[in-house]
Parts: sequence; C-alpha cells; structure tokens
Amino acid sequence: MSTVEHPRAGGSPPSGADWEEVQRSAEFMELRRRLRSFVFPMTAAFLAWYLLYVLMATYARGFMGQKVFGNVNVGLIFGLLQFVSTFLITALYVRYANSRLDPLAEKLRAQIEDGDR
Amino acid sequence: MTINLAQAPSVGEPLINLSIFLLFVAITLVIVFRASRSSRTASDYYAAGRAFTGPQNGIAISGDYLSAASFLGIAGAIAISGYDGFLYSIGFLVAWLVALLLVAELLRNTGRFTMGDVLSFRMRQRPVRAAAATSTLAVSFFYLLAQMAGAGGLVALLLDVQSKTGQAGVIAGVGALMVLYVLVGGMRGTTWVQIIKAVLLITGAIVMTVWVAGKFSVNLSSLLGDAAADSGKGDAVLNPGLLYGKDTIGKIDFVSLSLALVLGTAGLPHILMRFYTVPSAKEARRSVVWAIGVIGLFYLLTLVLGYGAAALVGPKNIAAAPGGQNSAAPLLAFELGGELLLGFISAVAFATILAVVAGLVITASASFAHDVYANVIKEGQIAADAEVRVARITAVVIGALSIVGGIVANGQNIAFLVALAFAVAASANLPTILYSLFWRRFNTSGALWSIYGGLTTCVVLIVFSPAVSGKPSSMFKTLDFDLFPLANPGLVSIPVSFLLGYLGTVLSREPAAEAKYAEMEVRALTGAGSEKADAH
Repeated sequence: MSTVEHPRAGGSPPSGADWEEVQRSAEFMELRRRLRSFVFPMTAAFLAWYLLYVLMATYARGFMGQKVFGNVNVGLIFGLLQFVSTFLITALYVRYANSRLDPLAEKLRAQIEDGDR
Repeated sequence: MTINLAQAPSVGEPLINLSIFLLFVAITLVIVFRASRSSRTASDYYAAGRAFTGPQNGIAISGDYLSAASFLGIAGAIAISGYDGFLYSIGFLVAWLVALLLVAELLRNTGRFTMGDVLSFRMRQRPVRAAAATSTLAVSFFYLLAQMAGAGGLVALLLDVQSKTGQAGVIAGVGALMVLYVLVGGMRGTTWVQIIKAVLLITGAIVMTVWVAGKFSVNLSSLLGDAAADSGKGDAVLNPGLLYGKDTIGKIDFVSLSLALVLGTAGLPHILMRFYTVPSAKEARRSVVWAIGVIGLFYLLTLVLGYGAAALVGPKNIAAAPGGQNSAAPLLAFELGGELLLGFISAVAFATILAVVAGLVITASASFAHDVYANVIKEGQIAADAEVRVARITAVVIGALSIVGGIVANGQNIAFLVALAFAVAASANLPTILYSLFWRRFNTSGALWSIYGGLTTCVVLIVFSPAVSGKPSSMFKTLDFDLFPLANPGLVSIPVSFLLGYLGTVLSREPAAEAKYAEMEVRALTGAGSEKADAH
C-alpha cells in the first residue's frame, strides 16, 4: 500500500516530515481535542434542535399554531429562532476558532514546514 | 389591477424583461472574457487560482446555492401554502452549520480540486476516485436536469414564449451561453457570474421587501393578517401543515426530506469545490460565514415576499397565472414596481439559472477530467494542460446533454430530482467525507460501500417511490410500481449508508493506512502543505 500516490500539494510539504510523529505529539493531540470537543457536541446540539423543530411542525401543529401576539404564532417564532441559533453558533465557532484553534494550528504548521529546511 | 393580471396571458413587457437580461449577459460576458486572460493552469481553470477572498467566495457560494427553485419556488410556496414554504427554507440554512463545523476547512486543507481528492487521500486511488466521480456526476446531473427543465417554464412565464419549440430554442440558447462562460472563464469567470447574480438577487429581494414593509407600516402582524384574510384559507396559512404531511406517510416523508436537506448541503460537489477557490482554510471558514449571512438574510426576505405576494396579489391570481406558484415573486414585483421591477426580477431569475448551471457544469467536468481521466484512466501520468483540455471538452459534452435533457424534461414533473440530488449527497457523499476526515480505521472498502451503497439505495428507492409512478402527480401516471411509500429516501438511505461504510470497513481485512491517516489528519487540522494561492 505504500506505493499509493496521493495529491501532492503545490506548496510541497516537507518530504522528510514524520507525520505520525506530529500526530502523536502533545500539541497536536491538544489541537485535535479542542476541535472535536467543540464541533461534535455543537453538531449534535443543532441537529437535535432542528429535528425538534421539524417534528413539532409535523406532529404538534396545534401548539405551533398558538398565537403569541397579533398574528404571530409559536411556529413563526420557533422558525425564526432557528435563524437566530444558526447565526449564533456561527459566531461562537468563529470566536472559538480564532482564539483556541488558529494559534495552535499555525504554530504546528510553522514547525512542520520550517523544520525540514 | 390584480384581476387583469390573472387574465392576461403573461405579465409585463417581454421586451423589457429580455433587454434587462441581455444587459446582464453583456456585462458578465465582458467580465468572463477579462477573467480568461489569466486562466491558463489547472489551478486557474478548476479553482480560480485560489485567489478569491472569503467574502467574495461566500457571496459566490450564495449565488451557486440559491437556485431558481429557492428564489421563485420558496416565495411561491409561502404565497400559496404559507408556513410550510418557510419551513422548507430553514433546512437549507441550518445545513450550512454542517459545512462550517465539520467539512469546509478540513476539506480545503487536504484536497486540490475535487471531492475525490479528499475521499481518496488515504485510500487506493483508482476505485475510490471512480466512486467519488460517479456520485459527483450523478448528483450534478440530477440537479442540472431539474434546473434546465425549470428553465422552460420560466421562459413561458417571463418572455411569453408559449410554443414548445420556442421554449426548446431558449433552453438551447441558455445552455450554450452557460457552456461559453465555463469554457472561456473557467472557475474565475463562473465565480464572477455567481457573485454578480447573488448581488442582483439580494438587491432585488431587499428592494421588494422594503416596499412590502412600507405598505404594511413595517408591521409583520398586519402583513400576516392580510395574507391570511386574502388566502381563502384563513389562519391555516400561518400554521404548518398545508403543504406537507396530510397523513401519516406524508408526515414521515416530510421528516425524511428535512433530514436530506440538512445533511445534503455539505455533500453537494459543486458547493465543496468552491472551498478550493480561496487561499487558505481560514478564508474557507470566512466563506461559509458570509454564505450563512447572505443565505439566512435571503430566506428571511423570502418570508416577507411570500406573504407579501399572498396579501397583495392573492393566491388565486398567482395560481391562475402562467407558471403558477413560481410566478408569485414576479407578480409581486409587477404589483409593486410595474414593468421595470418585473423586468429586473425576471432577469435575475434567468441569471440564477445561468449561474447555478455553470457551477454544476464546471464541477462535473472537473470531476470527470481530474478523477476519472487523469487518475483512473491515465493513473496520474498526464500533463496538467492536457487534463484541462479534457475538462473543457467534458464541459461541452455535459452542456449538450443537459440541453437535450432540459428540452425532453420540459414540463415534466421532475421536482423530485432536486430532492434526489440532496438525498444522494447526504447518503453517498457526506458519510464518506465524515468517515474519511474523522475515523482512523476507515478504509477503501468502507468508502466504496458507503458511496455505492448510498447512491444505489437512493436511486432504487426513488424509482419505486410514488414520485415516479402510481400517483396522479407521478412522472409516469399510468404505471404503478410504487412499492416504497416515501418520495424522499433520506430517512432510510442515510442511516443505511453510514452503516455500510462501517460494515465495509470492519469486515474487510485491509489494514487502515496509518501513515497516510497521520499525514491527512495533521494536514487537515494544521494546514501544513496545503495548496497555496497562485502568485498572479
């Protein structure tokens, strides 16, 4: 299997870099932990929140049709909250990635790309 | 006023609609030809030299994603069926979180031009690339056919071309123009067409929304009240249930559709390919953030436009107009701003088809040339410019096929093709992408099982569904082989594909490529060795 070719990047990564060594390093494992501990629970949360909305719109129509004020009902508010949660999660992720992921990723990248020259 | 509208064979002045559209074509052609001057290498043709910024690419993604179905279709669905049209649009938006959190950046860091680059990274190249290309071509072709078939109806509505021959002529013209964009401008030209279209679309939608809001003194409640009063259905248009899920099967079918929408977007090959047009993973992230902003804003505007059309034009007049439900937004434009605004909105609708179809054609041609021709047939032994030549030829072939397909499918009820494209993307592509990026043990056999298994399950279930036969609304009304009750296969095919990917992996004796996974994971997370932007 070692003869398998793969897409070689134009920026040409260091041929001698030991990817497995980096993968085992404490810093990389910390980066992976930070990424996964944010994106996996967040994905589960927004999927559950969306499915709750879909199921309510399908099976709890009486409740969704309750007027809250004027002609605005629970269903419309619930739907608009899906927009709010989507925008909110986007903002949270950007903030998290900028402060917790990018600095570590950039540091590792610099080590890998310079270490070989 | 509105009554005259409904009785007229067409609305507005076709000549004005046509002139505004031709102006759009002229401007975009100039830009595409200018873009072509710096379009030489493979990275130029497939990925626009990776030189677009995140915001530019985010707007282009919106232009690629907001098809005529979501512009005319969702506004019309809200106007006629109320709340359920809005419900449909939410799945299209929430889906972007999958792309943002799990796919965009990691894909940008590990691939070059296609989805196949990422899926085959640590697998045996030829079988996995062939599978990735098969699924890419299938999704793109279903999506293309739906767009081209819709073009016929749009022509009838906006240019008052009633004869089938006339419509066929226009479909051929639109198709030829789109191929020209792709051939001349490559990804750079296509991206600019999508950016211009997205800006026009959002501008048009904002103008109409502000206008509607003004008519109702910026009072959402009174807009909803008028829409409900004019609908003839009362408050039912404000509640879920008019369009989807009248019975038990219908309800399950809707849940199935919702699942495919939310998981399908991040598996659409023409969307994935857009992430390669930016210089870094960080710019890919910014692209998605911008796309979420623009697409979210657009669907909020559509809510006002849909109910606005119901209140100001009336569902009966919309249903009676040529183009039926799809005419809601154009009729509202005419009601608000007369022939000129209608002409503008009509031109935007055309531009929408052009931009979406161009994006699909370049994706399909890239997948064939890069995955099938260069890596499967030639086993990587091919010069880049030869590969791009093959991509250009493929674009012409796919363009011709979609013109023929669009003419044949004109007037057919093939709306299920879009649902099918999303179902295949969610079933065949997304599980394979996620396993590739996150599961150490995943191997070639697992990838093949989940791609081919997901694709086959979707297509087989659709063929035996009521979308194809057995119902008055089916494609073949007189035949009856609808053995599977749901028109949307996602609820079954998505879990099946995840399961097959797992089983294919654990049941095969092939060891996981540990070293390649280490390289893939480190590159995905750090961006080390990822493709840089071209220096020009």
